[in-house]
Amino acid sequence: MIANLVGVLFDGIAYGALLFLISIGLSVTMGLMNFVNLAHGAFAMLGGYATIVAMTRLGVPFLGALPIAFVVSALVGAVLERLLYRRLYKASHLDQVLFSIGLTFMAIASATYIWGPGLQPVNLPDFLIGQVKVVGLDLGAYRLFLITLVIVITAALVFLVERTRFGAQVRASVDSQQASAGLGIDVNRVFSLTFALGSGLAGLGGGLGIDVLGLDPTFPIKYMVYFLLVVAVGGAGAIKGALVAAVILGIFDVAGKYFVPEVGAFVIYVLMVVLLILFPAGLYGRRG
Amino acid sequence: MSAQSTPAAESAVGAAVVHRLPDDRWRVSEIVFWLIPVVAFFALPGYLVLGSQILIVGLFAVSLDLILGYAGLVSLGQAAYFGVGAYTAGLLAVHGWGEPLSGLLLAGLLAGLVGWLASFLVVRGEDLTRLMVTLGIALVLYEAANKAGSITGGVDGLSGVTMWKVLGLFKFDIVGRVAYLYSLVVLFVLFLLMRRLVHSPFGLSLRGVRERRKRMPAIGASVREREMAVFTISAAVAGVAGALLAQTTQFVALDALGFGRSAELLIILVLGGTGRLYGGLVGAAVYMIAQDYLSGINPVYWQFWIGALLVVIVLFARGGIMGGLEFLYTKIARRAP
Repeated sequence: MIANLVGVLFDGIAYGALLFLISIGLSVTMGLMNFVNLAHGAFAMLGGYATIVAMTRLGVPFLGALPIAFVVSALVGAVLERLLYRRLYKASHLDQVLFSIGLTFMAIASATYIWGPGLQPVNLPDFLIGQVKVVGLDLGAYRLFLITLVIVITAALVFLVERTRFGAQVRASVDSQQASAGLGIDVNRVFSLTFALGSGLAGLGGGLGIDVLGLDPTFPIKYMVYFLLVVAVGGAGAIKGALVAAVILGIFDVAGKYFVPEVGAFVIYVLMVVLLILFPAGLYGRRG
Repeated sequence: MSAQSTPAAESAVGAAVVHRLPDDRWRVSEIVFWLIPVVAFFALPGYLVLGSQILIVGLFAVSLDLILGYAGLVSLGQAAYFGVGAYTAGLLAVHGWGEPLSGLLLAGLLAGLVGWLASFLVVRGEDLTRLMVTLGIALVLYEAANKAGSITGGVDGLSGVTMWKVLGLFKFDIVGRVAYLYSLVVLFVLFLLMRRLVHSPFGLSLRGVRERRKRMPAIGASVREREMAVFTISAAVAGVAGALLAQTTQFVALDALGFGRSAELLIILVLGGTGRLYGGLVGAAVYMIAQDYLSGINPVYWQFWIGALLVVIVLFARGGIMGGLEFLYTKIARRAP
């Protein structure tokens, strides 16, 4: 029982780490540009397919394919931001929702057209398959890898945001665009770079998530709720909030599906409604 | 939230109606509009099944227009109330009460009740929270209907819906003549009520909520009460639309509650134009006829183009079809004198 509990907790944290990696870009877009981007999952899906293509067509190993996923998603994100998203920063939330639903539909149709409607398999390298014994506990090697990687990336992100000049510009822009622009910060450039970074991280998460979440063309809609939830519960624009929210969500989702499979999916939705009622502005919301 | 109020005001400039006081006299164009479905009944006897679907989706779209177009409340889960209505009417008929009108009424009441309960949650928080809560409620209901397979039939849908004669006189026939007229009459009656509603002082105060939330309390209008009221009414109307679909097709599919239906509805309404009531009807007609033609070719293409259309509408044609027509009309009217 205890071993089960630890196992569920571990899987939940790994799942949450993945959700965090994908959602952090969305959280920043929402906090920085106040943009409701329902198409964020499409960037993660793109990263997933980029990983698959790199591995099967180009023969790149899994670990080598992940940076490719990051770069492809970041580039596409940057281009779309310049061409389309930028025009809607000042639009109403309704327009943003509609626009991003439209983009999502196009992404789903394109993915179905190119790769077919089926679930994509992924061949993980040998050292990521099976169990690893850590302090007397059998832990999934891939999940351990996932958690480690996300810890490293989070540390890098925190460093980027808290300690670098660019990070200071991002934080200033989240707090007040007008004042930041007045101080000579190129807010548009900050927007573009953050959007590209967020899309790239989503793509990386999509590549990492093929084995955990599964990859098919309905991915952006299937997990949309989860990504939005991380942001809504964590509070837009807060790294710490998104991390806490993602881990809570991951643990509850895995635990719900493991211990009470017959009501599994409810756990997450009920949790969401309860959390949103208790914290309408998110756990660590900057904007109330 | 100053960034948010400016575009709302901008988009309202396109609709000349907004600046006028409520005026619910019937215009000639409206009368002509309502003659179209009547003419279609006689002129296109082969398309009555599609026709009644359009009427039902039109009613559903108008229910969304009440909260979205008038009160400015974005909902991603309108299908929840549609589904509640559909299952209410369907289950009543399966369990031996196939009287259509009372079924509609009960479905509307129950959906309204669910909407009223949901409205307590919905009116809290900002836009994002509202999106999530409306979506979350719809997902919970979808899962509930999915898991309760012994009652609802789960993914297989609810079959065995047998309806009695409408008013004890008209039996639902295979070509859909009765279904069409029944849907048309219900749509028209509810449309009259909603038209009256949006032209009333209450309807005007809803527009106030949409345009300037913060100023409404200053003139003594409670935003919360108004939003809850309109959300409840909208849910009830959506429930009636769902019940109509269940009764006329004699089947309830699980996707009556799905996210796809809510998203599709948003598309239909935006395609037609929000805040006009007629936009939902026009959007439903155009969307469903196009879908009938195009998705036969390849459903994947259909989804791609509908997505592209949505992007184009948002970027270049905020008012939808009705907005475009109004724009043309004012241009011509200005040139005439």
